[in-house]
Amino acid sequence: MGRVVVEVMPKPEILDPQGKAVVGALPRLGFTQFTGARQGKRFELEVDGEVTPEVLAAAQQAAETLLSNPIIEDVVRVADAATDAAGTITAEGVA
Amino acid sequence: MTGETLASARIGVVTFPGTLDDRDAARAVRLAGGEPVSLWHADADLRGVDAVVLPGGFSYGDYLRAGAISRFAPAMDSVVDAAKGGMPVLGICNGFQVLTEAHLLPGSMVKNDHLRFVCREQVLTVENTSTAWTNQYAPGQQITIPLKNQDGQFVADERTLDELEGDGRVVFRYTGWNPNGSRRDIAGITNERGNVVGLMPHPEHAVEQGFGPAGETGPRAGTDGLTFFTSVLASLVRA
Repeated sequence: MGRVVVEVMPKPEILDPQGKAVVGALPRLGFTQFTGARQGKRFELEVDGEVTPEVLAAAQQAAETLLSNPIIEDVVRVADAATDAAGTITAEGVA
Repeated sequence: MTGETLASARIGVVTFPGTLDDRDAARAVRLAGGEPVSLWHADADLRGVDAVVLPGGFSYGDYLRAGAISRFAPAMDSVVDAAKGGMPVLGICNGFQVLTEAHLLPGSMVKNDHLRFVCREQVLTVENTSTAWTNQYAPGQQITIPLKNQDGQFVADERTLDELEGDGRVVFRYTGWNPNGSRRDIAGITNERGNVVGLMPHPEHAVEQGFGPAGETGPRAGTDGLTFFTSVLASLVRA
């Protein structure tokens, strides 16, 4: 069984209220060195068999159409969980 | 407007798994003089309706992103096609989120800036009275309707916001208090054609004496939301 990891983050220009709450809570535990926090999402997509370039390309497409909303989020990573091999993310998808 | 001319107007109300306010929306349609038609998310058939309401709630539990999964429902393919053909479509709260996910309206909603669920009677200013859903309001009219959401902060990039403002596509603006951090106090917007309108507050909860927000004539007397539904009926009669 193969597994693809997809990571999605809020766009830098979008205020991230959840990240703001996290960075506000950290100093209360003594973690005063962290000046910012942003919270994103990690998906694990399972496939029968190996993670082929085609599977990565399909995962990239799924990431852009369903797993993220391009108006507020960026897909920052699409990778084979086993080898950590990521496709090169381009405007056209995974190369 | 007479009841006779409006009786033939059929307004569809789509129910998704997790929709809460479909029956309120159907009731609002009926009180305005139209005929509500129940539509099911898994059915692409819009049953010949003249307009569609996407009601509020938490479709698919707001999983992934509010409205993100509903957007791919078979009924939504038909709604998107119909909207592009000019059919009036109103998205309320979760319905507004579905419309942005379906790219019928620009921007998106993220969590309220204060991270809490908010439920209140909200004052709005009606800034565009040429849409299918607002043509019976007076320009600049202030209305009070309920607001209740967790992911209600409207966001878009500066260029999109400038375009919306420049084209007069900001239909409703929060007045008195911005309840969720929405950019430029925007509560609702429309598409270029004015047939698709989305807003976070709930007009369908302010359509009947005794069940609405506080009004001029007493507690729960507010019926400011009814004009959404009489407006669409008027626009259908004119069309």
